Amino acid sequence: MKAVMWITTLLVFLFVGSILYTIVRNGWNAMSWDMISSLPGGGFYIGKEGGLLNAIVGSLYIVGASTVLGLVVSIPVVFYLNVYLKKNSKRGAFARLAYDVLFGIPSIVYGAFAFTIMIYLGLKTSLGGGIIVITLLIIPIFIRSMDEIARELPQDILNASYSLGATRYETIKVVVRQIAPGIATATLLSVGRAIGDAAAVLFTAGYTDNIPVSLGQPAATLPLAVFFQLSSPIPAVQERAYAAALILTFIVLILSILGRIITNRFSRNKI
Amino acid sequence: MNSEQAGQIIRFTSKFRLMKDKMAGSVMLTFTMVSVLLVVLIGIGLLIKSMPILHEKSLWELLCTSKWKPMRGDFGFLPFVMGTLWVTAIAVLWTLPVALFTAIFLTENSKAWVKKVVFPALDILAGLPSVVYGVWGILVIVPWISDTLAPHFVEYSTGYSTLAAGIVLGIMVLPLLISLFVELFSSVPREYREASLSLGATRWQTTKYVLLKKTFPGIIASVTLAISRAMGETIAVLMVCGNIVQLPSSLFDGCYPLPALIANNYGEMLSLPLYESALMLAALILFCVVFVFNIMSRLILRKLEQKLV
Amino acid sequence: MNIPFLGKKIKWYMQDLNETELKKGFFRPYQKFCTNESRRSNMIVENLNVTIQHNHILKDVSTEIPDRKITCIIGPSGCGKSTLLKSLNRLLDNNEDVKISGKVLVDGEELYAPGVEITHIRRKMGLLSQRPCPLPMSIYDNIAYGCRIHGLRNRKKLNMVVRHYLQAVGLWEEVKDRLHSPAGRMSIGQQQRLCLARGLAVEPQFILADEATSALDPISSKTIEDLFLKLKEEYAIVLVTHTLRQALRIADYVIFMYMGEIVEAGPAEQIFKNPQKELTQKYLSGVFS
Repeated sequence: MKAVMWITTLLVFLFVGSILYTIVRNGWNAMSWDMISSLPGGGFYIGKEGGLLNAIVGSLYIVGASTVLGLVVSIPVVFYLNVYLKKNSKRGAFARLAYDVLFGIPSIVYGAFAFTIMIYLGLKTSLGGGIIVITLLIIPIFIRSMDEIARELPQDILNASYSLGATRYETIKVVVRQIAPGIATATLLSVGRAIGDAAAVLFTAGYTDNIPVSLGQPAATLPLAVFFQLSSPIPAVQERAYAAALILTFIVLILSILGRIITNRFSRNKI
Repeated sequence: MNSEQAGQIIRFTSKFRLMKDKMAGSVMLTFTMVSVLLVVLIGIGLLIKSMPILHEKSLWELLCTSKWKPMRGDFGFLPFVMGTLWVTAIAVLWTLPVALFTAIFLTENSKAWVKKVVFPALDILAGLPSVVYGVWGILVIVPWISDTLAPHFVEYSTGYSTLAAGIVLGIMVLPLLISLFVELFSSVPREYREASLSLGATRWQTTKYVLLKKTFPGIIASVTLAISRAMGETIAVLMVCGNIVQLPSSLFDGCYPLPALIANNYGEMLSLPLYESALMLAALILFCVVFVFNIMSRLILRKLEQKLV
Repeated sequence: MNIPFLGKKIKWYMQDLNETELKKGFFRPYQKFCTNESRRSNMIVENLNVTIQHNHILKDVSTEIPDRKITCIIGPSGCGKSTLLKSLNRLLDNNEDVKISGKVLVDGEELYAPGVEITHIRRKMGLLSQRPCPLPMSIYDNIAYGCRIHGLRNRKKLNMVVRHYLQAVGLWEEVKDRLHSPAGRMSIGQQQRLCLARGLAVEPQFILADEATSALDPISSKTIEDLFLKLKEEYAIVLVTHTLRQALRIADYVIFMYMGEIVEAGPAEQIFKNPQKELTQKYLSGVFS
């Protein structure tokens, strides 16, 4: 039995290795400075020169904006659940169940829902639309992962603060110090998930060769750059899909490594 | 300055502090309510949008016919539903034993260094974007199926098949399943195991009769959760499944799961209101399945957690 | 041990308080409660009932906490000692499924009355928990935290307060060079003394200690006990304890609880030398514990 367990564990490694190897190998061949630093030129999609700057910048815009918006919503929620509500409160349990469901809803459903809202509001596929949908998508991820950290908060710390006469609002300032590294890590990992999500932005953000300058313009994203260029019959264009995939993987890995470093390093004041 | 005045100041400051506390509380409550309401909003929004087609035909009729000719008004969801079920079933079936054994290995017998290596690997697996899985599927799995595997069984396969989608999807749910199992197994108190071991049971017997038995409802719940996650996965599956509207007759045939249907057609066919409505119905079906599965499994898991602790 | 400043509480909120500073926004909350030097804190518990998840933990508890004395609550584990202590400053509120009825009167104010401003009542009671629980910040900030909350922002005065209370608990010499390092890095005995200093810094009248020495090594517990003995000149101390010997050493007044009820309460000498109830005799002689 132990042998079987070893084999299955090694299998997991095999998958990780195979995926990373494939992506890096294929992506590296197509990689060049142009890919990162320039916009698609004329005839880019028939194999002429140009780069993926539009997709990189578009992805960063969308994810950056929705991270900010998402944090604005989810941090208060996490503190409400963990400081304002009582332990084991029914309301809290209900809310957490709702977030679990939201977390489980496929991104394509978010995309479809956000698109109907956009039509309702008269918006076209645009940077703004992409930001809306990714924000919706990212909020439950944020809340769930931060809540997991915040729930491990020792009750003693809250009690210590209350017994000095602090209000719950003032106690939050103490709680923040305790869980800040955890929150930062959770944020980075969630951002990693959001940046790679293609289904949600498929019909909300659109695709363009330019860098958007206003919320109303469409924006390209990296996952879609991979998706669209891979479906091209021209090998040179497919190569670029691999390059885009490599860039995407690289960003995600960097985020996750950063997350780990933060957890390990910045727990200075943690009890 | 007498104590009377001081008292007034005190009352003023603490009133101010309490007011801040209350205000912050209500702002937070609002955010919480709004975000919780999102579930309801999505459900209602999708339902309203899919009403037109539900007026036209009954849900049963839609789900059980297999003719898909949107231009002529035929909307048979059966191929898509079957596609989703097939792909999900393959994914979960091969992942389940792998995840189970790996999780047992990680919680029961492994050394510290194994955990130190495996968990980051799982994190990477969980963090990779789905398009990357799709690219990998196209580059590795699809050629492998069409060149190596398929010739043994069928005459010809492009490789873009139900099986390829199942394999890729399986790897995507693997980290989720393993982490759920690991959490589940480590919630079983050490005393249970020690009790079993002290009765002379071997490690494997202990695992089989104590661990797996104790956590059986949890395992079911975790699998349910993984299924609901797998059903909604779009891009990676879309890239390798072949996208052929048919009832898959063998593993090497292409198929067309529900999310792929939405992703491929949405936004293009909005001139046909009924078509849009049909796609919204597909999203609604996904939503409902995920909703029910999620609530069920989360409740089971939570109950089990309380029972064990 | 030499505790230099003790007995001379700095009244940071009293010093050079004048009209101009008030206009600048230097509020000194709680001055009212401390201007009267001859004040006597008093705490009366009347018919307190606590139910946690359908378990009746405290049954009709009525007692009085004397000022400037050490009151020890003793009894076998699970008898509701800690619950009683926590209900004295309403920390039980943070749990679901807790039902509380009865009265707790602190300086004539009812704790469980609707609409009561709990923060200033909690401030009157410093809490020392079983395991020391420094807040996740530096040593300095741990002590300054409470004062800042209650409106003391002046840097100089904060420095003074921090120094004073660190000296009061005998920590100053040990930590004066690393005031800004995280509190979590101190030894556990030091942490407990820091928690005591932190509680003292908001000028409480009561000190509630929940088995405050049970997690500490013998030497640290001795230090804490000595501190309590000095502190009782200024504060009313309520101490939940597991060890009878500790109660014997420092208690002035003893409350013996069993199964959620107060069996016997009275001056320490009377309880230890001449217990009235059979249950108390049995407990003291070690028939059960």
